[in-house]
Order: sequence, then C-alpha cells, then structure tokens
Amino acid sequence: MSRGNEFRIGIDVGGTNTDAVVIDSAGSVVRAVKVATTPEPIEGIRQSLDQLLPDVDKSLVAKAMLGTTHPTNAIIQRQGLDTVGVLRLAAPSSLGVRPGAAWPADIRDMVIGASAIIEGGNEYTGAEIAPLDTDAVRRFAAEATAAGCTAIAVSAAFSPATSDHELRAGDILGTELGSAFPVSLSHQVGSLGLLERENATILNAALLSVASSVVDGFGEALAAHDLAVDAYLTQNDGTLLTAAEAGRFPVLTLGSGPTNSMRGACALAGVNDAVVIDVGGTSADAGILVDGFPRESTAAVEVGGVRTNFRMPDLISIGLGGGTIVRDVRAGNGSDLVIGPDSVGYAVATEALCVGGSTLTLSDVSLASGRLDGFGDRALVAHLEAGLVGDSLAWVDDQVTIMSDRMKSSRDEITLLAVGGGAHLIAEQVPGTSQVLRPLHYSVANAYGAGIAEASGTVDRVYSYDRTSREECLDDAKELAANAAVRSGAHPDRIRITAITEVPMTYVPGGGCRVLVKAVGPLA
Amino acid sequence: MDTLTADDIEALCLGATLLGTGGGGDPYIAKLVAHQALETHGPVQVVAAADLPPDALVLTTAVIGAPTVILEKIPAGTEYVSGVRALASYLGKEPAAIMPIEVGGCNTLLPIATAAEMGLPIVNADSMRRAFPQIEMTVFTLAGLPAGPLSVADEKGNQAVFETTTNHVAETLARTAVIQLGLANSISCYPLTAAQVAQHAIQGSLTYCTEVGRLLQAVKDGAEGAWERFLDESGSKKFFTGKVMDLDRRTTDGFARSTVILEDLDGLDATMRIEVQNENLIAFVDGEPVITTPNLICLLDCETFEPITTEALAYGNRVVVIGMPCAPEWHQDGMLDLVGPRAFGYDIDFVELPA
Repeated sequence: MSRGNEFRIGIDVGGTNTDAVVIDSAGSVVRAVKVATTPEPIEGIRQSLDQLLPDVDKSLVAKAMLGTTHPTNAIIQRQGLDTVGVLRLAAPSSLGVRPGAAWPADIRDMVIGASAIIEGGNEYTGAEIAPLDTDAVRRFAAEATAAGCTAIAVSAAFSPATSDHELRAGDILGTELGSAFPVSLSHQVGSLGLLERENATILNAALLSVASSVVDGFGEALAAHDLAVDAYLTQNDGTLLTAAEAGRFPVLTLGSGPTNSMRGACALAGVNDAVVIDVGGTSADAGILVDGFPRESTAAVEVGGVRTNFRMPDLISIGLGGGTIVRDVRAGNGSDLVIGPDSVGYAVATEALCVGGSTLTLSDVSLASGRLDGFGDRALVAHLEAGLVGDSLAWVDDQVTIMSDRMKSSRDEITLLAVGGGAHLIAEQVPGTSQVLRPLHYSVANAYGAGIAEASGTVDRVYSYDRTSREECLDDAKELAANAAVRSGAHPDRIRITAITEVPMTYVPGGGCRVLVKAVGPLA
Repeated sequence: MDTLTADDIEALCLGATLLGTGGGGDPYIAKLVAHQALETHGPVQVVAAADLPPDALVLTTAVIGAPTVILEKIPAGTEYVSGVRALASYLGKEPAAIMPIEVGGCNTLLPIATAAEMGLPIVNADSMRRAFPQIEMTVFTLAGLPAGPLSVADEKGNQAVFETTTNHVAETLARTAVIQLGLANSISCYPLTAAQVAQHAIQGSLTYCTEVGRLLQAVKDGAEGAWERFLDESGSKKFFTGKVMDLDRRTTDGFARSTVILEDLDGLDATMRIEVQNENLIAFVDGEPVITTPNLICLLDCETFEPITTEALAYGNRVVVIGMPCAPEWHQDGMLDLVGPRAFGYDIDFVELPA
C-alpha cells in the first residue's frame, strides 16, 4: 500500500457522455466532469482529462481506470473487426455443430475467415478425447493466413479444466506464424460451455485491433498530461484488467458500463448489498449488488446476436424513463392509459409539456405529483387530472416493484438505490425494499465505479466429491481463485472470496460437481 | 406433416422445451445439431408407423449422459448413427425408420439429425410425449415391451450392446456404461417392429410437439386470442399465476430435486408448491395436489411466455403455471405404478385434470 493521499482517475465512455472523476484515498470525489462522447471516443477521453486535471495535483495521481463501450459498439455496428481463423480441438466429438453455426450471417461472414475441427480436447475426467493432432494445427496455420485471417481463436473441449491442448496448439501456431501473431485461447476467455466459450474467443480475437487502438489512445491521452501512472480497463465483473491484459482480452470489457454504474452507485451510497435501478430518458435498468459486486447472469448473454457465456451482470431493462410517452386513450368513462414503451428520449428537455413542448411524458406526471422538482414549469402541467397522474404513477410503482422483486434473491428486504436522470420517478417507499436511497454524485456513478474497481481471479472446474471431500475440493478452488487474483494485482493479504457456486451434475453418481469461485481484492 | 426441414426446427424446439416440463435437457444444442444435419443431408420424411411394412425394424435413439458434460462435448452425430448400427448389426436386420423415444427436451431433436444422416424416415411417434428421467418410464414398459437389447455408443467408435432382463436393469446398465464412455453418449433401446410401434407407441408426437410449439409461438408473438387457442387446442388449463418466493435445490441419488414455492399474483391469498425431480412432478395449491405426474406441469414466463426450465428458475420470477394432459396412451393398467406420484416417492393420489 502506498503512503499518504493517492488519487485515482476513473473514466467511463458511454453512448452519450464521457464522464471522469478524480477520487482520493478516502474515496471522496475530488473533481468530476462530464463531456459529450465523440465519434472517435479517444477524443472524448482527451477532452475529459483536459477539463478534469487543471486544478488537480497530478503528482498524487497513481492509477487511471477506463471503462468503455468501444468493443461493444464495434461488435454491434460490425466495424473494425479482425478476420479470425477458428480452430476447435474436440474431434471426433462436436462435429455435429460447426463453429459460428448460430451466428447472424453478416457478422459470421465478416469475422470467420476459416475454421476447422481437429482431433484433441479432453473428457470431463481429464483424459484425452484424442491426442492433439499437431500436424492439423500446422496445416490450419497455413490455411488461416492464406484466407486472410489476422488472428486465430483456439477452443478445446473441457479446456477450463484441462488447458494443455490449447496451450500446445498456441505454441505450435506461434512457431508457425511468429510469436507476434495474435492467438486467443478459450480457457483464458470463458467458462464451461464449449460453443459459447468458442464464440467469446472468436469475438475476443476479432476485437484485438479495436483493443490496441483503445489501449494506445488511453496511454497517449495520459502521457499528454505527463501522467506516468498504472493504466487499467474495467471488465464486466466490476474488476480490473491491466491495459496490457485488456489489449489481449478485450472481450472481457464488454458490458462493463452497467457494472461500473451499479458499483459506483453502491459505493457512493456506502452500501454493499442493494438493488440498483438506473432510470434514464428511455429505459430503466435494474441490477443487484451482492457484497459490492453485481450478481452475474446465469442465462446465456447475446452480444450483437452472438451467444456467449460471459460473466455479465444480471440486468433487466424495461421501457420506463423520464421521456416515456403517456397516452390517454379513454373510451367512455374513466381513463385508459397506454404508457410507453416509446419515449421522446433526450428530447424530453424540449418536448415534454412542462418545458412548453407538446408530448405528455412521465416527467410531466412526476412534476405534477411533486415527485420531480427543479425541472420544467409546474403551471404547465397543472391541468392534468389527478386520476391520470395517480394511475400513471401507480403503473410506474408497479413496474419498479416488479423489477426490484425480480432482482432480489430472497424475500428479505433490501436497500433500493435510485440513480440516473429519471430517478425522481421512483417513490420514496417501494414494497419489498427497506429504504430508497439517492446517492450524491450519482450522475457520474459509472466513472466512480471504474475508479474503485478491484483485481479479481476466478476458477471454474469440475470436481469429483467422491475422490476428495467437498471441503477439500472447495478449498482447492478457493486457493486457485485467490492465486489468480494475486496474479491480477490484488493485495495477497486482502483477498476475499465473493462467490462460490456449485452446480451438481445430474445423473453422475459419485458427486461430480461444477464449482465456480471468484476472489477479489484491492490493488496491492 | 410429411417432411421435416430446417424451417420446422424452431417450432419443434419450442414445443420440446414445453414438453420438457421443466427438465428434459436444454434443446438448444440439439437444435443446432438437427439444423446442421437437415442442411447437409436434406429434409427428413415423416411417416406413421402404420404406413411401414408391419415387420419393418424401427430403432430409437436418444442422448444419455450428464447435461453439464454435453455442454462441452457437443454431439458429433456419428455416435447416434453408430449406436443405431450397432444394435441393427446385433439384431441382424436393417432399420427401416428412426423413432424418438422421448418427445420432450433435447431428445426430440437429436433423432431427426440421425434420421437425416442415415437417410431414413422418422416415425411420428414416441413413448413418453413429455420428458421423464428414466429409460423404463415409457408406455412400452406398460405394454410389456422390453427395453433391451439396447446399445450405447460414443463418438470414437466404442459401442456396447446389452441383453437385459428388466427395463430397470436396462436403465442401470446403460447408466453405468456411459460413466466410462464420457457421459455424452447415445442410447438405442426398445427395438420394435412397425406393427408394435403402431399398436403401442404414442402416435403423432412430432406433429403434436410442433403444433403446441406453433401455438405457443403465437402467444409469444402477442397474436389476438392466441392464449385461449393454445389452452383449448392443447387441452391445457391455467392453474396459477405466481411469483417465485422460495427455491430449495438439492441433489440426491444423482437427481436434481427441488421445491418451488409460488405466491399468488391474481389477488387470491394462495400458495403453490411444486415438487421437482429433474422434471416438475407435483403441484399443490395450499397443500392440496392439483396437478400430478404423468400430467405435465409447465411454467411459462408471465411476460415472454417462454417455458422456464428448473435450472433457469430464480427467486422473483413471475410465472404462469399450466397443467397439460399427458398423452392418452398413458392411461392404461400400470401407469400409476410406473410414473404416478408414488413412483417418485410422493404418498399422494393421482389427480385428473379438470375437464
């Protein structure tokens, strides 16, 4: 640990804004700025630093953390992606499903330049399915480069448990194509589930050029301010990758935005366990933090139409925001409301009734009811009937209750954090929650979340509780996870285990069990 | 239904998830395998058992192993073909058609891939028309038809054929073999003549599965009147709309058991409890059993109407619970001893679905 005060810079590049904060050792916000995200996002990062740093003692800045949507956008917009050779080590198993089988055709045609399924990979017991076909690896190196591939993704059956074949294939490709030729190995990218892990590894390889431009640009922006600091990128589980790691594993940064926002909100409010609802102009996103980290989704996550098994925060989104349009389609007696799902979005500042516009939005209803304050003119919404206002807010309250219920993992009451520009819509009391908090600085919660990210390590493997006791197996998994966290830069004495998940394997007598453990700790 | 093409797979897959009744294995990988096989080998002809020569050999195929392992060891396709060939070779007779044994979950779609690969028709029938956890839980067992001789095979070319004395021994032997064979294997059992299939199998299962899949897809798409049509035409009843309040998961004897507690959302002060062993088996309302095995208990997401598997169920999920009638072929002597509540260790009586 360093002595004395030490600053961290946290930056989050979102779709609309690039936010940046300086945080001191005590976790207080020293300075925060918000600039518009630029078409070339590195420019926005430069501008945010230009505005952030003039009044800050730069000699105290030790670390800089970046959370960015660059890689996500590259996939969604199909831009700047590399052509990848896809090598699967699993034959004779798995021949029934070709690599890229379930991908949308546009991204498959753009990204997958060549593919092969060759002999190799392991069984659940660790035995080989077949010895690695080293000649086939060499042949594939030639085929892939001839097809214009600029990176190769290698995935082997059961590699999260037994990575030997992937490592050997990686060595052979390095010998054939030179050690600088980018090769992504699936056991370093994803967890159990061959097809989803292979997809994640292909996307990782496809993002390498985008990643190096982000990492280089971030480094240059820091250097331009004479900041010789450790640079990190945040990943989707709320922990850090060094800039060098992010350059190799860009896929792990996908989805870090919501995670940073949720973790930042919790830290700003000083709570570790809470449901977080981020209400924007168009939609509300709900997530849950358990022990300071977002609960991860167990369902497969699609990115740009590609199914993956990333460690993504478990989020639900609904069309509920400050700009959500309210329509009164009354027939006969009483009102019959249709609320959303469409929204005027960011045009709420000019389109809403309360600012002289012509569209009835949830912000107008909120203002008329007194929930919203300091936006628009209440006189312009004074004509709204109490019944309409009441019914609209009753709908909002129902939706908020449903979202927080769906996020909760038990019936115990939990704190609800309301953040985002539309947070006023959330009532002071929400059933099933113990309290509703609206933390200070919540508008830069995402940059703050990036700034407080920690180092982590995970393990995901299949144990047999038959041969070794469950306790010994769990201890082994915890130790492996802790070691991985230390390798990622965590302080060895301050590691804590934040998640242990056991998935029993049905039909397997003898206690086969998949164990996932995550260890995290502050940077050493 | 005369042929199955790659375009039919989505509806069949949705129907198979529903008939999986909470278990049955995720049909996603099976869907990809079937899709690739149909694209490569062309459409599969769908036949009624009665249209085959009476003495023609019909062989079944299914996956046997652990769902977690199958996520890593994706089917090659060849293990299903070689399992069928191994049994045919033992019997000394070529199969005339392939038949699914379990139309419900992932075993609905894998036989289609096998039929495509072997250039054989698929019989529009099965022996469960829902998912059950054990090989002997079939209408064939009720008819006294043996599960053996049966074969298990892996993707490397290893095959075993067993002669078995009871269908329960068949289950035990096959399970033991696949632990040594990598837990992602094929099984071919209940070798039958077309005449036996015509007499004893559940007829029209693939058509039924596709049809309930289409009806449910219309509900998911928000089509006018689709929900009522889905309930009417499948003979199903809505029993409960509730929120998951508690979820107790445990694994004993190699089966994933759980108890799900739902709290009513329709304004009634009622609680539903569902007992699960891989599949949903019994649903109670305020302590009274309302749906019991072998009828189907299906949970659908309140908003998307996607069938929810037990693995994916979580606290706070809002679900609609429907009871679907099991295939009428189940209603014969011995049904309750084989697949009734007591067969799974619940000391309660079978409950008919209300008309």
